Amino acid sequence: MVAQRLVLGLLLIIAVSLILFLSVELLPGDLAEEILGQGATPETVAAFRRELGLDLPPHERYINWLFGMLQGDMGTSLANKRPIAELVGARFGNTLFLATYAAVIAVPLALTLGVLAALYRNGIYDRIVNIVTLTSISSPEFFVAYILILFFSVKFGWLPSIANLGDEHGFAERVYRLTLPAVTLTLVVVAHMMRMTRAAIINLLASPYIEMASLKGISKTRIIVHHALPNAWAPIINVIVINLAYLIVGVVVVEFVFVYPGLGQLMVDSVSKRDLPVVQASGMVFAGVYILLNLSADVAAILTNPRLLHPK
Amino acid sequence: MQRVFKSLAEAPLTAKFGVTVVLVYTAVALLAPVLAPYGETEIVGDSYEVWGGTYVLGTDNLGRDMLTRLIYGARNTIGIAFLTTTLCFLLGSVTGFLAATVGGWVDQVLSRVVDVLMSIPSLIFALVLLTIFGLSIINMVLVIAVLDATRVYRLSRAVAQGIVVMDYVEAARLRGEGLWWIMRREVLPNAMPPLVAEFGLRFVFVFLFISALSFLGLGIQPPTADWGSMVRDNATLITYGDITPLLPAAAIALLTVGVNFVVDWFLHKTSGLRDEH
Amino acid sequence: MSTSNNGGGDSQFGDLLVEMRGLRIEGQADEQWHEIVHGIDLKLHRGEVLGLIGESGAGKSTIGLAAMGFARPGCRITGGEIIFDGIDLTTTDEDTKRKLRGARISYVAQSAAAAFNPAHKLIDQYSEAPVQHGILSNAEAERDAKDLYARLQLPDPDTIGYRYPHQVSGGQLQRAMTAMAMACKPDLIVFDEPTTALDVTTQIEVLAAIRDVVRQFNTAAIYITHDLAVVAQMADRIMVLRHGNLVEEGNTREMVANPQEQYTSELLAVRSFQKDHPVEVPGQRPLLEVEGVTASYGGGVKVLEDVGIEIRRGHTVAVVGESGSGKSTLARVITGLLPPMQGVIKFDGVEVPGALPQRSRDQLRRLQMIYQMPDTAMNPKQRIRDIIGRPLEFYLGKTGAEKEERIRELLNLIEMDPDTYIDRIPGELSGGQKQRICIARALAAEPDLIICDEVTSALDQLVAEEILKLLQRLQNELHVSYMFITHDLATVRAIADDVVVMLQGRVVEAGEKNVVMSPPHHEYTELLLSSVPEMDPDWLDRLLAARGAAS
Repeated sequence: MVAQRLVLGLLLIIAVSLILFLSVELLPGDLAEEILGQGATPETVAAFRRELGLDLPPHERYINWLFGMLQGDMGTSLANKRPIAELVGARFGNTLFLATYAAVIAVPLALTLGVLAALYRNGIYDRIVNIVTLTSISSPEFFVAYILILFFSVKFGWLPSIANLGDEHGFAERVYRLTLPAVTLTLVVVAHMMRMTRAAIINLLASPYIEMASLKGISKTRIIVHHALPNAWAPIINVIVINLAYLIVGVVVVEFVFVYPGLGQLMVDSVSKRDLPVVQASGMVFAGVYILLNLSADVAAILTNPRLLHPK
Repeated sequence: MQRVFKSLAEAPLTAKFGVTVVLVYTAVALLAPVLAPYGETEIVGDSYEVWGGTYVLGTDNLGRDMLTRLIYGARNTIGIAFLTTTLCFLLGSVTGFLAATVGGWVDQVLSRVVDVLMSIPSLIFALVLLTIFGLSIINMVLVIAVLDATRVYRLSRAVAQGIVVMDYVEAARLRGEGLWWIMRREVLPNAMPPLVAEFGLRFVFVFLFISALSFLGLGIQPPTADWGSMVRDNATLITYGDITPLLPAAAIALLTVGVNFVVDWFLHKTSGLRDEH
Repeated sequence: MSTSNNGGGDSQFGDLLVEMRGLRIEGQADEQWHEIVHGIDLKLHRGEVLGLIGESGAGKSTIGLAAMGFARPGCRITGGEIIFDGIDLTTTDEDTKRKLRGARISYVAQSAAAAFNPAHKLIDQYSEAPVQHGILSNAEAERDAKDLYARLQLPDPDTIGYRYPHQVSGGQLQRAMTAMAMACKPDLIVFDEPTTALDVTTQIEVLAAIRDVVRQFNTAAIYITHDLAVVAQMADRIMVLRHGNLVEEGNTREMVANPQEQYTSELLAVRSFQKDHPVEVPGQRPLLEVEGVTASYGGGVKVLEDVGIEIRRGHTVAVVGESGSGKSTLARVITGLLPPMQGVIKFDGVEVPGALPQRSRDQLRRLQMIYQMPDTAMNPKQRIRDIIGRPLEFYLGKTGAEKEERIRELLNLIEMDPDTYIDRIPGELSGGQKQRICIARALAAEPDLIICDEVTSALDQLVAEEILKLLQRLQNELHVSYMFITHDLATVRAIADDVVVMLQGRVVEAGEKNVVMSPPHHEYTELLLSSVPEMDPDWLDRLLAARGAAS
């Protein structure tokens, strides 16, 4: 089962890399014409093509690109001629740092709130939580971000509104500067995650074996810990991973608002500049992380399923 | 119609609020030229004029009337999001029903394609595709419609799969009914409640998606009035404690909250449960 | 056995254990509360087994759970008293109730597969109640468990407890659940339809096991079922319930021998319907011939192997077998949903294509189907007019007034008033009415053969009986043939002319009903036939004695 999933994940990554590669091929003309514009002579275009390796047949270029990616060679940026790996590498680290920061706050918070909402469902707490989380899900990230900026940096002056970082900043300084972006992400993700946790737990508590446990006179705490929890891992892990994946993507807008030098911002900049190789490479990195996360959720679900753990 | 009014009267406060918001927004979007004091792209004064006086909500970075831009923004942003959602629904539900009803290799091929498309985060995928095809409203509508159709496909397929295993569908097959008849007469009417709810949720998602793209400067392009880009264009005001750029953002949030409340109530009424995926 | 009268049992049994007075329970539907149990009085003595019987909606499970002071989500106890050994469960606090549950009152659910936690071993779930209630140590509980597993005749009693629920069969799980309920040697066990989900041959073993341990430990029990023949084997006293009211209460033997109420008599008589002999149409070839059919799903294990059957015009053939016998697969092959790997299907002497899409519209018309679940057999969004009208239009090209007239004729034929029902949707009909509409839809095609797939098993017994009578009347009038797929031998006795017995994808015995159903039997037919519960309260004893002597 697990091996099957892993092979599937690998196939998926190959399929995605093919899509990202081929979608560039869809350009009318090719990259060389695109960059040099209409005024370029055929000779310059041909020379440029050779320089970019565009004279090779597509399958060779795909293989070169893919193996380049695997070895950390992502080609060069069209905008500033720097190696893409250098650009992407540092910024990807920043993005991961921000996402981890948000996850560290969001995951425990959301799970606790979600389980509480499920246990006291249809009570006043549950109803308030429903309204608050619905509102929070419905708000664009930049709305949440600007409100936080308005209060915490403009009005009270507690936190910086711009999360620019340099190598000179230590860990504590980074954490301080990243508080607002991380809180923004947390607010958006917590709402999603706790709604999903609540639904998963309620679904679980409706099982006949939970009713059976209470008819055996088992205490409420023990029912939750001993009967519900062992069966709750798969849905809970699923909820966490879906939201981690969401975090990785959600950073794009938040990085833009806080002018944070992450991968998302690099990608947005490159889209405006039509810097295709950079867009392609960052897209591949985002997609790779996303697939890996989903894959690990599937594997975890298999590993925690008693029916699969103890086959007949 | 009477039944709708009756159940609305019994609905919780949040649902009434949601319905009101949706109706008001629709009216504003439809009547934009009548309601707006100035033209959509008309430059009426200096940039960043303050609230009150000639311009109720001041002017924007280019000196256009903020209120006018907000009203036209409703028309443009909602209109484009609605069009995109409709396209995405047509594509997703027809393919989803087809996969569930025909099954076999048709289902396999469609589902694997959707798996691959969904394994790339949609914002990232959209950015890649927009780079290639160029930034324009039509490209954006098509790209989002196709990418989001994958989610509609998954839902329609799942709902339809629950229906095609029913004996009444088997009875129709045994009678010798054709594929189209089965999809239209047996599957569709029974799939309506979850699909209607999904339409609401999809609309919210698409609307937020377009707003985010516009905010990043990669969606609806100037000089078309649009809420996402209005936030971006006037964002600097925030650092002076001026809340003007928050107005279009709040306008977005209010509509999506409203739609979500209505959907929540609808789901509660039709199934008693809200699906969280 | 007791001979005392209603509500009694004092002479043989111990003190009063449970007493309900004027119990009222409400249930929630469409966000409104409706009373579903209307003031029930119930008494149960130590060591006594009380049977609660009734059709769906009678409130029997709700009352059973109320004996534990428990109401399911969406139900609430609104009136009356439930006194368990001096404690009023309607007023006492949750903690007191929790300490009673599992320790002194326990519960056996209908579906053991769902009621066992998939994440824990059987024996750990057994030990949980005694250990948590502080009655036994874990080691003592495990020792007891093995002992009980042995008494309940589970295979490998010393090791079976260390398996997970999905690793043992349904009948074994049901017995393991009975063992779990006995773990604290409770005063009372509530059995909620414990054998309904099992095949008849498995049911016997579970019934015998339950009865033995209940007697050995002198436990009082409330036994809930819809099957009067089952409860007659198990209970000392029976309460017949209907729509949340008590119909009749009395000693089992007296009630079976001499019911006081009309409703009870009807329940008792439900298996007495017998069809007349079929009208013989001599000299004709069989309507349907299935020859040497072998089939499998997706090329895997063969679900059918070399199966052959014959159905004559105007006759009813019953195909009997337990789950996994291949009887439903046979129906799928005949209808063309599952093309056979080998073998032929002949209709009226002419071979028809194996796959549905290759069959002509007329071939499809002549073969119709009625399903087990009338709820899912009709599109809930279509009106009766469209449900019956579609085959008329599709096969016979009837439209407009002609179609309307025929729909009304068909509704009259199934004894439903056209003016009342023609514009309704299925959700506005009762279970029996829905099944009638399904019959009308099949008849609309003017078929030669109707396949009836367990058509009565989802219905209450009295309704099922009416449906069988209707089908028989229609056969007498229209000379249509039926192929009855069923696991219920009572239905076979009632309606079949010919019987086909299936086991593991093969036909083990086939022939005229009177021949197949009377000795000498094939070994498996014998097992099946003898396993069908009878109303006689001594039936189970005699059967077990006979089987014991034979082995």
